[in-house]
Amino acid sequence: MTASRRTTILVPTGALGAGVNARHVERGIALGVDAIACDAGSTDSGPSYLARGVSKVSRESIRHNLAILIPAAYRAGVPLIIGSCATAGTDAGVDWTRDIAIEVARECGISPKIALLYSEQSRSTIKRKLAAGKVFPLAPETTLTDAAIGDCEHIVALMGVEPYIDALNRGADIVLGGRTTDTAVLSCVPIMRGAPAGLAWHAAKITECGGLCSENPGEGGVLFRIVDDHFEVEPLNLENRCTPYTVSSHMLYENSDPFRLVEPGGILDVTDAKYDALDDRITRVSGSRWDPRPYTMKLEGAGGGAFQTIMLIGIRDPKVLSSLDVFERRMLTALRRRVDAMIGPAAGDYDISLRIYGWNGVTGESPPAGTPAPHEVGVMFVATAATQEMATRIAKTCNPAFFHFPLDRGMELPSYAFPFSPAEIERGGVFAFHLNHVVSVDDPLELTRLVWADYATAGQRETAHAETA
Amino acid sequence: MPKLHEVCRYIRSKNAGPFWITVDLFFRDDASYSAYKDDPNISSGLFARLFGVSESLIKIIPVDSLRVVKVSYPRPKPQGYQGERDMHGGQQYVSLLEVELAR
Repeated sequence: MTASRRTTILVPTGALGAGVNARHVERGIALGVDAIACDAGSTDSGPSYLARGVSKVSRESIRHNLAILIPAAYRAGVPLIIGSCATAGTDAGVDWTRDIAIEVARECGISPKIALLYSEQSRSTIKRKLAAGKVFPLAPETTLTDAAIGDCEHIVALMGVEPYIDALNRGADIVLGGRTTDTAVLSCVPIMRGAPAGLAWHAAKITECGGLCSENPGEGGVLFRIVDDHFEVEPLNLENRCTPYTVSSHMLYENSDPFRLVEPGGILDVTDAKYDALDDRITRVSGSRWDPRPYTMKLEGAGGGAFQTIMLIGIRDPKVLSSLDVFERRMLTALRRRVDAMIGPAAGDYDISLRIYGWNGVTGESPPAGTPAPHEVGVMFVATAATQEMATRIAKTCNPAFFHFPLDRGMELPSYAFPFSPAEIERGGVFAFHLNHVVSVDDPLELTRLVWADYATAGQRETAHAETA
Repeated sequence: MPKLHEVCRYIRSKNAGPFWITVDLFFRDDASYSAYKDDPNISSGLFARLFGVSESLIKIIPVDSLRVVKVSYPRPKPQGYQGERDMHGGQQYVSLLEVELAR
């Protein structure tokens, strides 16, 4: 009888920077692991992080988590793998994370070999791929044009496992990757070690958000262990539990299809997967399938456009609160008239919107007739214009009317409650995702680049990148 | 006829990437799930009407083992567009709570 083949991956957190518990990590390592891996990015917080190439997470949070993970992986002699560095996984985001990692390594007096994987694409590369018929739309389908590609400030291609396996085969102790599918970051080591692809991708999908597949998501990370024809999911904290219900229901999370997941080079199909309790803390999963497909990488691209300036007021006046729909309509009309009269055509293709939080700020629609008046509301004014300067001029032009607008003409002028001075807040750009496409490649490494981090030069020059840029 | 929030223990919505929103209807128990998972009022027509999207792209997927009906629909506008009011799609489910079932 041959010894069973097992690969264990420790997933310390659902997102680097969200929090890592050193004691839990040590406990996981004591169980025997082959790699520590987690993801550091997502599109979930919107297009601005990709468009600006800036991390959503603070440098301090990343540093705090790496200060636990880098020495822990080093002592355990296993690789540390981080994907989608700095939220959007741009090249600048990889470099930003590299500088933090090197700072931590230096402080620990160690110099692990750090592979940097880049997957940002130039606009010309994607235009060339488009012209060659290698870019395909995803549902809901839109036709991609060179102009839309040109509107992207940054474009990234989501890496699969191959660039990570290449870096590990070449001796990387730490891999810091640009944009990568959440799952590939966790499935690369099992696949490299010959685990069945269906199990590797499925285990990775279940654990991609760390403790979210456990009963107490706040209780830190998890690990998965692929053993022959099944895998096990176990929380790092002894008091936490991964049950068949919590594990299988993670397939629902942020997934449009809970049974099939498209990845670079194939589709994970969990239609026939079985979830059983191994004990009261560990769930065992089998029956996951992998259907190989032609290799494609998903593209993400985002860019900026207009600019916004906002103002906020609080309203407690009971008369206004009992007629909010009328009030909103009248105020909006008055504000637009004021801009047209005072700024005129110079305002360009501008927009003013009012969001009445406490009434209909999220839906933008009138609540059903008979909805009781709220106790108080916050009204957010949003001016959108081609430049920041014009958006602010529009806000300032509207300020007196926004501040004093009476419900009915002829009333004494009210003064609503501004929380700030100055009242206007320059919010910056409005950003948009422009790509919902995949690109076909001849080789999984065709659009990716590996660079070894140089301890001598890293972090010595100020890069344009910072979380506050 | 009961309302959706009366036969579900939990209903949630969330982005599934920048161009889709996915809704999970967690039914209260086996009886609620088997009685209502195929309810004609949980239809692509309902989602098209409530969220202003084209019926043809809406996916309705029952997950028997979890007593869940998952419904995914394309966002009417991509995440973060100029008029965005719910960046993560996390509050969209509220429009479903009072939906009346057909049987």
